[in-house]
Amino acid sequence: MNALLSLVAVIALVLIAFIGIKIANLHFLFGVVIPYAAIATFLIGVIYRAVKWGRTPVPFRIPTTCGQQKSLPWIKQAKLDNPSSTSGVIGRMLLEVFLFRSLFSNTKFELKEGPKIAYGSTKWLWLGGLAFHWSFFVVLVRHIRLFTEPVPSFLHSIEVLDGFLQVGVPGVLISGVVLLLAVTYLFLRRVFIPEVRYISLAADYFPLFLIMSVALSGILMRYFLRVDLVSIKELTIGLASFSVAVSLEKISVIFYIHLFLVSTLFAYIPFSKIMHLGGVFLSPTRNLANNSRMERHINPWNYPVKVHTYEEYEDDFREKMKDAGIPVEKE
Amino acid sequence: MAEEVKIPPKVPKGVPFPDELAKIDYTPPGTVWMNTPVKFKQGFWCYGSKAKNLETVDFPNPRQWLPADEDWKLPENWQEIVLKGFKERLDKYRSFKVFMDICVRCGACADKCHFFIGSGDPKNMPVVRAELLRSVYRGNFTKAGKILGKLAGARELTYSVLKEWWYYFFQCTECRRCSVFCPYGIDTAEITMMARELLNLLGLNTDWISGPAANCYMKGNHLGLEPHAITGNIEYMLDDIESITGIRIKPTFNRKGAEILFVTPSGDLFADPGTFTAMGYLILFHELGLDYTWSTYASEGGNFGFFTSMELAKRLNSKIYAEAKRLGVKWILGGECGHMWRVINQYMDTWNGPADFLQAPKSPITGTVFENARATKMVHIAEFTADLIKHGKLKLDPRRNDYLKVTFHDSCNTSRGMGILEEPRYIIKNVCSHFYEMDENTIREKTFCCGSGSGLNASENMELRMRGGLPRANAVKDVVEKYGVNMLANICAIDRAALPPLMDYWVPGVGVTGVHELVANALVMKGEKERTTNLRGQPLPGVVETGEDRRKREDRRKGRLEAKKEEG
Repeated sequence: MNALLSLVAVIALVLIAFIGIKIANLHFLFGVVIPYAAIATFLIGVIYRAVKWGRTPVPFRIPTTCGQQKSLPWIKQAKLDNPSSTSGVIGRMLLEVFLFRSLFSNTKFELKEGPKIAYGSTKWLWLGGLAFHWSFFVVLVRHIRLFTEPVPSFLHSIEVLDGFLQVGVPGVLISGVVLLLAVTYLFLRRVFIPEVRYISLAADYFPLFLIMSVALSGILMRYFLRVDLVSIKELTIGLASFSVAVSLEKISVIFYIHLFLVSTLFAYIPFSKIMHLGGVFLSPTRNLANNSRMERHINPWNYPVKVHTYEEYEDDFREKMKDAGIPVEKE
Repeated sequence: MAEEVKIPPKVPKGVPFPDELAKIDYTPPGTVWMNTPVKFKQGFWCYGSKAKNLETVDFPNPRQWLPADEDWKLPENWQEIVLKGFKERLDKYRSFKVFMDICVRCGACADKCHFFIGSGDPKNMPVVRAELLRSVYRGNFTKAGKILGKLAGARELTYSVLKEWWYYFFQCTECRRCSVFCPYGIDTAEITMMARELLNLLGLNTDWISGPAANCYMKGNHLGLEPHAITGNIEYMLDDIESITGIRIKPTFNRKGAEILFVTPSGDLFADPGTFTAMGYLILFHELGLDYTWSTYASEGGNFGFFTSMELAKRLNSKIYAEAKRLGVKWILGGECGHMWRVINQYMDTWNGPADFLQAPKSPITGTVFENARATKMVHIAEFTADLIKHGKLKLDPRRNDYLKVTFHDSCNTSRGMGILEEPRYIIKNVCSHFYEMDENTIREKTFCCGSGSGLNASENMELRMRGGLPRANAVKDVVEKYGVNMLANICAIDRAALPPLMDYWVPGVGVTGVHELVANALVMKGEKERTTNLRGQPLPGVVETGEDRRKREDRRKGRLEAKKEEG
């Protein structure tokens, strides 16, 4: 049901763009106004969310320690999994952000007769997630060519790498294909793994369908439907330099659909779980050193609390203490 | 080879037999979780907190209530109270705010929870446990949730949702295993702690938690041992030690000017096998000639406040530094305990420090300065003892433990909230000849909870405990079958209370021990008589116990039990 609703929503988005261009002729709205509005929403929204997180205090030092602590000099510390220094934390975060280290250690279990529980490593989610994020990233970076003139040289090398298969005309770029495959995998596992289906909300399916449709429309545009690349680049350069001077009618509808889907995605990010891309950097169980026995950590809102003092305790038990031979303050 | 004798499982009242319990269906139900109201199952929940225990610590809404009742006797404006508390905590804890926002429901955590593995209840998947709270968060504090409602995974805070919270947030042991696997480190322990704080705003605790917390507040320890009971219990141990070793130990209590204050969970002073661990401490410190004192005021290392609210945890924890200051000690040594060490490692100094009236801990025996504890000034006894052994300061005869085949259970908090993994293993390997590790997916940072942590070690929720302990017990069973393991060592007082019934149920025949019981059994003391029994009074292999010895041992045990009954 959640999946279906999300699919319908994404189809509706495609139709809106189609009708908006083909029937209502709202080229300026879809080519200029909506992209600007989306980028503005994205920037303001993401900054707002990040600032809100950043301003929330971290009262306690609560890293999840995943290895040996730093203790006696002859005991080998797990410097990445249980960091006690900033460099260790940075290493841990880099591995987490770029290589999804925690997911790499994922396991699955099986309850057999006996009972006997067996654990095995499972890397599919890690692999799918890594493929998805990295290909998405490469696709994004590739799009820089639309906003720059001349195109920076590093993009050429990325494209050469990306097109290493050297098949098809225009040459197949592996990143787009991987993105589509990976996002499809992430969708299928949501549908076919019972536990994951059980926990999935519409807010989980929607971004998957949205990204799927972005990738599909992009691939259609590149390989199957002829689009006027020169006009598109004129538009994108114009958008980047705040001076759009191209005749928007020359660009075919598939481009507008693609652009509208991308705009929706960007505008949606601040309100969605996709914010995890910023949140992961601020997660106190990962970005703090386990050093609170070595160095004092301050809680900015620490406040005095009511305690039961020793004096009160001794008043309660003085005679019993004396009888038991325990020294007291007041005889 | 002798025929193996199969010991029948000890099945707690009301709990199905192990074979029956192990038939677990993991297929999630067809209904959407949000639309499936909670159903309280007998054996899965604990009794509600008694009014007097809430009053002792000035907690709101003290009253007589039963969780099974329809009416929980809540204040009129309970929703307002909870939502206000929710907002306040979102503004105070970045962890809470971020963890409410960034979960992508990838499901990596789903099968990492011992309660899910043991029960198959989909709401025991860490992600759903958190969503119980997140759904209300979205409905009340996010734009998308307010506009889109259920579509955005949002829902209202209803009576039924509140009951669901209570049921499931007291089915989480705050073990943090899920947070190891989460790509963003989302920690369900953190979420459960917040949820329990919110529930406590309405007087909704379990009595197994609020009772010990109130005891600890007034009497200094969870068990409510008054000063003379503490010295009395230790006196019994000293009698036992004397009859076993021929040496009379004379520890001190509340002594000013001692070099070290020793704090350990009170469970070790009360019940077997924890008492044998406490005897281990006494023997070790005596042998070292350590200048230390026990305290009856700060007589609790553990902290059931931690399972209630941060504030109560801080109030209970304050006694340790206050007592160290009053007695004028130089530093503090802490016994074997799980959540006690998460509190000391990650909270104590922040709450109640700086401990600038103490000195950086230095072992008077080896001269080692414990650099890793230079701010809190509190050393874990496993660090202390490992250092002693490394420097050859202990005369050990591991052969005395040769009848034991030992495996080690990492406690949740000491592994995932501290990382003390090698120290206890180093000690065990030096005091025992036969040590075997369990499956690597069930130890160290991936260790499984005993199923009874975070205040769930009551007797009315035995089925939950046996289920939650299944992954741990099953990994023990594996090394029993492979290597003949017969002893499960640990460094946690709740483990020592919770694992024996768990073993009796799933893996009968396996004993449970603290690490320092093993140390003291192997420790050759100056001037000791030849040992014929271990600290439990059981004859060592090759020694035939005379009828008189056995009678004496049983009498001592009986005396101790009766004394306890009187106290209690």
